Amino acid sequence: MTDTTQPTTQVNVTPKTSVSVLFAGDSGDGMQLTGTQFANTVAVYGSDLNTFPNFPSEIRAPAGTISGVSGFQLQFGSKAVYTPGAKFDVMVAMNAAALKANLSNLHHGGIIITDTDGFDAKNLKLSGYGEENNPLRNDSLKDYTVFEIPVVSLTRKALAETGLTTKNIDRCKNMFVLGVLYWLYSLPLETTIETLKTKFKKKLDLAEANIKAVQAGYNFGDETEMFSQHGRFSVAPADKKPGTYRRVTGNEASAIGLTAAAKKAGLQLFLGSYPITPASEILQTLANLKKWGVKTFQAEDEIAGVLTSIGASYGGALAATNTSGPGLALKSEALGLAMIFEIPLVVINVMRGGPSTGLPTKPEQSDLFIAMYGRHGDSPVPVIAATSPVDCFYAAYEAAKIAIEYMTPVICLTDGYLALSSEPMHVPSPNDLATITPKFAAARKKDDAPYLPYKRDERGVREWGIPGTIGLEHRIGGLEKQHETGNVSHDPMNHELMTKLRAEKVERVADIIPDLTIDNGPEKGDLLVLGWGSTYGAIKIAVEQALANGQSVAHAHLRYINPFPKNLGTILGNYKRIVIPENNSGQLLHMIRNKFLIDPVGFSKVQGLPFNEMEIEAKITDILKEL
Amino acid sequence: MTDTCTQLTAKDFTSNQEPKWCPGCGDYAVLQQLKNAMADLGLKPEEVVVVSGIGCSSRLPYYIATYGIHGIHGRALPVASGLKTSRPELSVWVGTGDGDALSIGGNHYIHTVRRNLDLNVILFNNEIYGLTKGQYSPTSKVGLRTVTSPNGVVDHPINTAALTLGAGGTFFARVMDRDGKMMREIFKRAAEHKGTSLVEIYQNCPIFNDGAFDPFLDKERKEDTMIFLEQGKPLIFGKDGNKGIKLDGFKPLIVDLTNPSISKDDLWIHDEKDFIKANMLSRFFDDPDANPDCLPRPFGIFYVEDRYTYEAALTAQIDQAQANGEGTLEELLKGNNTWTIE
Repeated sequence: MTDTTQPTTQVNVTPKTSVSVLFAGDSGDGMQLTGTQFANTVAVYGSDLNTFPNFPSEIRAPAGTISGVSGFQLQFGSKAVYTPGAKFDVMVAMNAAALKANLSNLHHGGIIITDTDGFDAKNLKLSGYGEENNPLRNDSLKDYTVFEIPVVSLTRKALAETGLTTKNIDRCKNMFVLGVLYWLYSLPLETTIETLKTKFKKKLDLAEANIKAVQAGYNFGDETEMFSQHGRFSVAPADKKPGTYRRVTGNEASAIGLTAAAKKAGLQLFLGSYPITPASEILQTLANLKKWGVKTFQAEDEIAGVLTSIGASYGGALAATNTSGPGLALKSEALGLAMIFEIPLVVINVMRGGPSTGLPTKPEQSDLFIAMYGRHGDSPVPVIAATSPVDCFYAAYEAAKIAIEYMTPVICLTDGYLALSSEPMHVPSPNDLATITPKFAAARKKDDAPYLPYKRDERGVREWGIPGTIGLEHRIGGLEKQHETGNVSHDPMNHELMTKLRAEKVERVADIIPDLTIDNGPEKGDLLVLGWGSTYGAIKIAVEQALANGQSVAHAHLRYINPFPKNLGTILGNYKRIVIPENNSGQLLHMIRNKFLIDPVGFSKVQGLPFNEMEIEAKITDILKEL
Repeated sequence: MTDTCTQLTAKDFTSNQEPKWCPGCGDYAVLQQLKNAMADLGLKPEEVVVVSGIGCSSRLPYYIATYGIHGIHGRALPVASGLKTSRPELSVWVGTGDGDALSIGGNHYIHTVRRNLDLNVILFNNEIYGLTKGQYSPTSKVGLRTVTSPNGVVDHPINTAALTLGAGGTFFARVMDRDGKMMREIFKRAAEHKGTSLVEIYQNCPIFNDGAFDPFLDKERKEDTMIFLEQGKPLIFGKDGNKGIKLDGFKPLIVDLTNPSISKDDLWIHDEKDFIKANMLSRFFDDPDANPDCLPRPFGIFYVEDRYTYEAALTAQIDQAQANGEGTLEELLKGNNTWTIE
């Protein structure tokens, strides 16, 4: 085993506060696995990090082509990391197409690690470079530091004596590259070695070969002149809150958040769902949580997905459904039903580029309007938006709490960026989580007053009367209900009253949501950057930078979009200008204008890509110039 | 309100809401027999949920003093499925119509039937849209003139029995709205069947499609146009039982039982467990008005299959996952892969 604590060669080690890495290769090159290994290693090492996979929407795109390139990006650092990095410092390109597809996002002067075996005539042709324009043979990469490594050949050499087939040996090439990266960033191999031992518990020869390949890559860094002359880097562990950590993607976090809420409330979790990109992992994660009593129901369509949940909610379960834009559109009639029933329901909508099929694998924030207004009739529902992968846990949890305690459907918005990104999550203790208290109606005896299913408490919330309870037999429907009795009523004044009562109840959710706080920057000043959802990380970094430059800028981030926090109007009044960056054409902008009669600056990006900090920083500077 | 010591009657299942169906509507008969059957079955009102979609017949839950959900058009089955999956111990009934179940809810119909949750589905088939005032439905006969088919329906009608068996259903029965006795018995059989029980009711709409089922009700014709299926009994119909059905290979033939050379022993014996024969019965679907010599329309229980229910299989998976104890909140939050920062 390689002793990583004892450098074998004296090389220069440069400390860095953060590094962004891209692993890119063909879909079959195992880049997601390699990136995940690297992420686990830096996490255990103590870095903060954020990862983002970038893979083609085709399941098996042609090998060697640009559309077949699969990438895994991560940023790790000794200070807090909020994004996978606007541009990368180092990229691994396993073939010519991977280089071509990603070069524009590499920092000027960045490092390129290539597998020269992926730059043969065939790969050059498929990538579109052409044999005559091999970027490794002309001066097109002169502004970068390029390490050319014949990875396949070296892996074959290192594993020659394993007795494995060439095909199996070649599949270890990603581990060789991983070893090189570990050397370059002075990272230990132990986490990966342990993982490989577990992963290939039943195939010891494969475990051994993969471990050998990582070690060979590491040793290659040690022994090769090109690396020793260049030197290594080190990123110190981050100063993180002590405790237990795990790494979660946004979708995993949403699934765990729902389950935790059900456990805390003492309810069964039921998820009615239909597979849709990029939300399916929520269904997949929950299907594996049967040990926690979770029931998942893969329905015949999106409509049945939400309606099975409505049935389960009527029966007393914490019911949820997950989807993305097209599915949310299909569910809108049923959401109106849940709204007029006044039963708990959580909808997790993982936003993607729209309208229609749009950009299924790309993130966007363009479902805010449909979440807010996308139902017929007067039908307001609470809307929450998660700000980070870990926050998907808390947003789902809070959505469930509001749904149960206010007897209402709640829409929780995440997006494709948060859903697939991962970051370390400080594991909360069960006691750290807010209590969730369902209010079930109690059984009644023969002589008790008749049960009034739509009688409300002081918050306007009715009780949950569930089947199986003696004396509460009652019928509810989509037809307008008489106040308190819930019987069908076509009385005009009753309809107006019920419409008002339902809306007021949703508005009262503002009583339990926290005030909006200024995340960073002065309480009063020239400019407030008001974000919502997944723009958090990019705005956070941009505002940090702007403050460091002495600009009068603050950052506030909305998690509660309906109802808004009570102090939002006050905060908006404390700045000369407000800018609202959104991955849509100005939906929150429209809502803020409408509600507060002010004129913030909109900043739209509708490219199927998240904002990066540089774009926001530039916008801040532009606006401040005009003030 | 339930007093477990006394036997409940239909009255105990009657809600305080006045039914608002048209005078003479077949729905009244179904409501009455459903309440009778619930009482006969000894169901407790608090353990029963009646779920419906939208349409005349979907008002059903309001009139029964159990729990009830009146949902949205076409979607009673998924609501019932979610409820049953979450709460398998409840007795869940669905009231739905031909438009609700077979048109707007057609997709849910086929998938619910194949999943085989333990639901009792009453499909009120009146071959018309009543609540929206008389448009043709997916079961309307070809040629029917309605407000939306002034020149006659051209859509080929759905054959509910064939659709149900084709979709993998485990229980299918057909009954006439006027046949209260049979309906009550079939509702009870449906409730006892562990799986999705589909009961199609030919239900007359006196306002928009009056007489749709006259070929099976006219005194002069009905003995020749309908046949009652009885388990283990030969297929006999006609005046004084003068006709029978026998199988010539895979071809059903109507035979004259007054002919001494024909023995009842040669007739098709009804076996509700026989999938192939049930499928053949489902194809006895010709319109006697168009073809007076056609095979008679079957009533009664076509098919019953013992198959695991969806909710039982899911519960078994959960039980297995929890064999070594239910997961705790702490375990959930930690997951399988953690590291510690001191």
